[in-house]
Amino acid sequence: MTEPPLLQVANLDVSFLQRGGGVTHAVRNVSFALGRERLAIVGESGSGKSTVGRAMLGLVPRPGVVTANRIAFDGIDLRSLSPRQWRQYRGRRISMVMQDPKYSLNPVKKIGAQIMETYSLHRRGGAGQARRHALEMLEAVRIRDPDLVFDAYPHQLSGGMGQRVMIAMMLIAEPDLLIADEPTSALDVTVQNQVLRILDDLVAQRGMALIFISHNLTIVSSFCDRVLVMYAGRIVEECDARHLHLARHPYTQALVAAAPEIDRPKAELLTVQRDPAWLT
Amino acid sequence: MRLENIGAMIEVSGLGVTFRAGRRSIAAVSGLSFSVAPGETFGIVGESGSGKSTVLKAIAGLVPPSLGSIAIAGRIVAMRRSKADRRQMQFVFQDPYGSLHPRHTIHQALREPLAIHGLDEAERRIADAIAEVGLGREHFFRYPHELSGGQRQRVAIARALILAPPILLLDEPTSALDVSIQAEILNLLAKLRRDRQLTSILVSHDLAVVAHLCDRIAVLQGGKLVELLDVARLRGGDLREAYTRQLLQASRGYSRDDSAS
Repeated sequence: MTEPPLLQVANLDVSFLQRGGGVTHAVRNVSFALGRERLAIVGESGSGKSTVGRAMLGLVPRPGVVTANRIAFDGIDLRSLSPRQWRQYRGRRISMVMQDPKYSLNPVKKIGAQIMETYSLHRRGGAGQARRHALEMLEAVRIRDPDLVFDAYPHQLSGGMGQRVMIAMMLIAEPDLLIADEPTSALDVTVQNQVLRILDDLVAQRGMALIFISHNLTIVSSFCDRVLVMYAGRIVEECDARHLHLARHPYTQALVAAAPEIDRPKAELLTVQRDPAWLT
Repeated sequence: MRLENIGAMIEVSGLGVTFRAGRRSIAAVSGLSFSVAPGETFGIVGESGSGKSTVLKAIAGLVPPSLGSIAIAGRIVAMRRSKADRRQMQFVFQDPYGSLHPRHTIHQALREPLAIHGLDEAERRIADAIAEVGLGREHFFRYPHELSGGQRQRVAIARALILAPPILLLDEPTSALDVSIQAEILNLLAKLRRDRQLTSILVSHDLAVVAHLCDRIAVLQGGKLVELLDVARLRGGDLREAYTRQLLQASRGYSRDDSAS
């Protein structure tokens, strides 16, 4: 590859000041580079995987402190952006899809109006054009009846439809990087695969880069190209997604062993024996 | 209760559950029949809206069936359950944070069912129950928010088991947990089944979890039984119904070819 990576992160640290004066390090010394590919970040709750995603968008909540030697997106240093400059990037070139559409969509605003709002924030064009693009986007995420959904409220949609609407809304600005934080965890398996298919097509057709944050190893190993495994705020291993079962780090191996598998019955599931040495 | 004299521990025949929404009535479950043998762990899988949780609630007497009957240990139970009926089976829900009282300590949470059912030796029973799920006395006076998700689910299981019910109903008991913690809870459930010869029904959307614990699995779609199969057939891919095959395929992970809608 001669082209420089789309995103480069070096020594990312996120810490939260505690009330008593102590400091919690949510993310420590995380470095990675991302091309136009599907990169997964896996780990347990509290491993810092979502915080890494949020840091890429400048969305770490107070009193969190983000430091890094480098966070470069398409050659631009994201660390020094002012709030006004951030708006040029956030939602427009880098977008995020959250886990649960129930909490991410505005409950008292119609779907169409919410998608049009995103469009008019980031792209030029009148209301007519925004409407046309919003309907196109709903079709692109395979909503069967875009006109009906356009005029619906979030509570009238199923979970799978809500998640597709979220993806439509994030993609209408045509971002170069999509950060998807557990985008399919609230969905049924069959719907899950439809949503993954949409993301897969977008990566293939638009050359979009994807950071896929998940705790589901089955999905990650079958869907992504590369995997970063996080434990207690650190990256403990990076491996090829298809070869996750050949992972070398004991933590990754333990995660793989802990999951029940349909095809390989296990008498007893192995539990993760945490080694303090992983923290150094 | 002696188990050997009973054919089926749980016998569901022609079960129908209908909910009213305004003028419409929605059949959440219809024409469902199955039986669970003593000591068996029976699985129910299906997607959201398939009626899998409703079946469990109907068995527990939490929603009234509109049709059919439910028999426990050979005796048809009335819609309104007696205290003795309720002691026969206990329920573990998906989200222990929602099912434990936030302002009761673990000790209080475990004491409550004993007080309701008037059981003696409360302290011994509480200590035994908490030890059985792998927690200790140091957890007695903590509140649910002071425990991790896995510990909370252990408390919920201890609370269900403290009445020594022959039947345990599990509604997505590990869906809110990380894989590593899920493994601990699944191992605990397997151990309890061995030690206590519990009869249980496990409802989940996760085929791998159900296949791990259960011998027989009912696949539900739209409130109806699509297929009843044993785990060996599931593993062998010997499935009769297209829907079951689709579910199995999807559970094995993402693949470009079969996800076309």
